[in-house]
Amino acid sequence: MSTWTIVLAVCLGLSAGVLSGLFGVGGGILFVPTLVALGLGQVEAAATSLLAVVPTAAVGTWRQARYGNLRVRPALVLGIASIVGVEAGVQLATSLPEHVLRRLFGVLLVAVAAQLAWRASRSRASYPEAR
Amino acid sequence: MRLVLIGLVAGVFSSLFGVGGGIVIVPLLILVAAFGTKEATATSLGAIVITALAGVTLYAVRGKVDVAYALLVGIPAVVGALIGTSAQQRVSGQALTLAFAGLLAAIGVWLIAG
Repeated sequence: MSTWTIVLAVCLGLSAGVLSGLFGVGGGILFVPTLVALGLGQVEAAATSLLAVVPTAAVGTWRQARYGNLRVRPALVLGIASIVGVEAGVQLATSLPEHVLRRLFGVLLVAVAAQLAWRASRSRASYPEAR
Repeated sequence: MRLVLIGLVAGVFSSLFGVGGGIVIVPLLILVAAFGTKEATATSLGAIVITALAGVTLYAVRGKVDVAYALLVGIPAVVGALIGTSAQQRVSGQALTLAFAGLLAAIGVWLIAG
């Protein structure tokens, strides 16, 4: 990995973090295109993004718990139930052709953009820190 | 039971796309499980910690996780998120949000066009 790549990765990571905090979108939605731009394949970008999502979500959870908004039992039920879905998603992602997965992610980005635009046109961001 | 179904859907979504899944969990908690917006957001974040950990583990056993890149992007991102969240009250405006939506849509179209 060259120095240039490291500097670029740090700058993109910082920008992704600022934007996600500012506009209340999840880190992953920005990490994945960042990692693709840095040269990773779509599956590797998704896998690597998830590792970066863990600390981001943990910090967010900690802040929200202090505000008293976190409901622990439902969060645990959701999280534990998701593990079965996660395995299905991993199998699907690793079996789909790279370009299909990349296009699906592109569609997701356009959908998030539309949701943001809709929220902005209605009122100010109504659920900040949603990831 | 509703929470279990929401969790299953969110899990597929999260690992398929490499995102937390808040974009599906938050609206579903509000619409299907009668959560308030703040509670839904906070509870979604808590669930995502588990979901993303499961995703990383299952991808890692297949050799798909690049730890160096995750650290290079993830650590600055945590710092950035703290800056962004605290700046939110002062700088968030409709025009800026629409500009950001435009940027996201452009990246989306770039990926779709391949």
